Amino acid sequence: MLVRFWGTRGSIPVAMTSAEVKRKLVTALVAAAGRGLDTPGKARAFVEGELEFSVSHTFGGNSSCVQLDPGDGDYVLCDLGSGARVLGNNVLATRGPRGHRFHVFMSHLHWDHIMGFPFFMPAYLPGNHVRIYGCHDVLEEAFRRQNAAPCFPVDFSRMAATIEFVRLEPERDYDIAGFRVRAKRQHHGGDSYGYRLERAGKVVVYSTDSEHKQDDPEEVEAFVAFFRDADLVIFDAQYSLADAISVKEDWGHSSNVVGVEMCQLARARRLCLYHHEPIFDDERIAALLAETRRLEEITRGDHRVEIHAAYDGLEIAL
Amino acid sequence: MELISKRFADTAVLCPQGRIDHATAEGFKAALAPSLSACGAGRDRLVIDMTGVEYISSVGLRVLMLASKQAKAQGAPLAVCGLQPVVREIFEISRFNLVMQVFPTLREALASLSTEALAAFEAA
Repeated sequence: MLVRFWGTRGSIPVAMTSAEVKRKLVTALVAAAGRGLDTPGKARAFVEGELEFSVSHTFGGNSSCVQLDPGDGDYVLCDLGSGARVLGNNVLATRGPRGHRFHVFMSHLHWDHIMGFPFFMPAYLPGNHVRIYGCHDVLEEAFRRQNAAPCFPVDFSRMAATIEFVRLEPERDYDIAGFRVRAKRQHHGGDSYGYRLERAGKVVVYSTDSEHKQDDPEEVEAFVAFFRDADLVIFDAQYSLADAISVKEDWGHSSNVVGVEMCQLARARRLCLYHHEPIFDDERIAALLAETRRLEEITRGDHRVEIHAAYDGLEIAL
Repeated sequence: MELISKRFADTAVLCPQGRIDHATAEGFKAALAPSLSACGAGRDRLVIDMTGVEYISSVGLRVLMLASKQAKAQGAPLAVCGLQPVVREIFEISRFNLVMQVFPTLREALASLSTEALAAFEAA
């Protein structure tokens, strides 16, 4: 199974500024001086093999959208942030306009998690089928209100695909699109829900916009059980631990430190830092990744957790 | 968890030992409580000497944060000192070094909080 990240930024989409682009170019050109990079092939090899990720790439700016691709069948997504716009365009460009089925698991209905849907082109085309699952009782209302005046010029009724909303109950197993799916309620304003998705022996946990207060041992145990033996945990690491339990307490997000500990306790194989803080630039996120890998290393027992930082375009093969 | 407790003039020094994690954090919190109750403006100041702590998890850091908040609300300064290398890295990665007063040694912590406590420490 491939897990493909279309949007990884928290709270609001961000774009690189011209100053950031210029800084990357200057750094790259200085690093390339005297290297004789006189062909596209040599230049590409240098960029891909020798430059720091934060110089040669960007973690990106679209808000939450992740695809679980088992290699056959329907599209399975988590959240419809602005990354869904890119996914939708990619589907139309590579697979044609019609005949697609999408299953979307919604963590919650805050702007940054639904804002891609008005720009999700497959939803406007007849012959496509979009089924949106979630645990909130205002699931359908949130999408309809977003695609209506005065928020948006094109009304929801103009979406010509077949669109269905399916309410799920947390803590109950469902079989959907070849996956065994279970939702879990999380601490976030208005609640959010994490999803544990299992298929063919592989387990992905999508747990974003989730604050872990850790003041109740039973609740910690319940999350550890939810993450247990996962091949990949996609985890909200927007804040530092100090911020999450002081000035940003009750803002509904978690930290890299808690992510590492939970994955260690659950013996998960991979942790992917997700829902990046919008004020962080690429260097800051790269440093966060390095620090998190170091934390995992110095606190490791008999189980290693592989640490990733999500970026728009990242693919993780399980 | 048992804390070794010392006193230098107007400053109480608490010395936890071992690991402060999911298994021991509640005990750490309970052991801090009497000293936290006693601290305040014009009363005790507090130093937590972490020299004997080999690991602290997020739950343990949360206990420290709550202690710091309570001490601050009561008008008492609270400082931490003596971090082992691994614990120091955990403080840095979690950014606790930015929100708590952290000193390399007990002497430096006492010097920051109270001249009387420093004098008592030097005389001991």
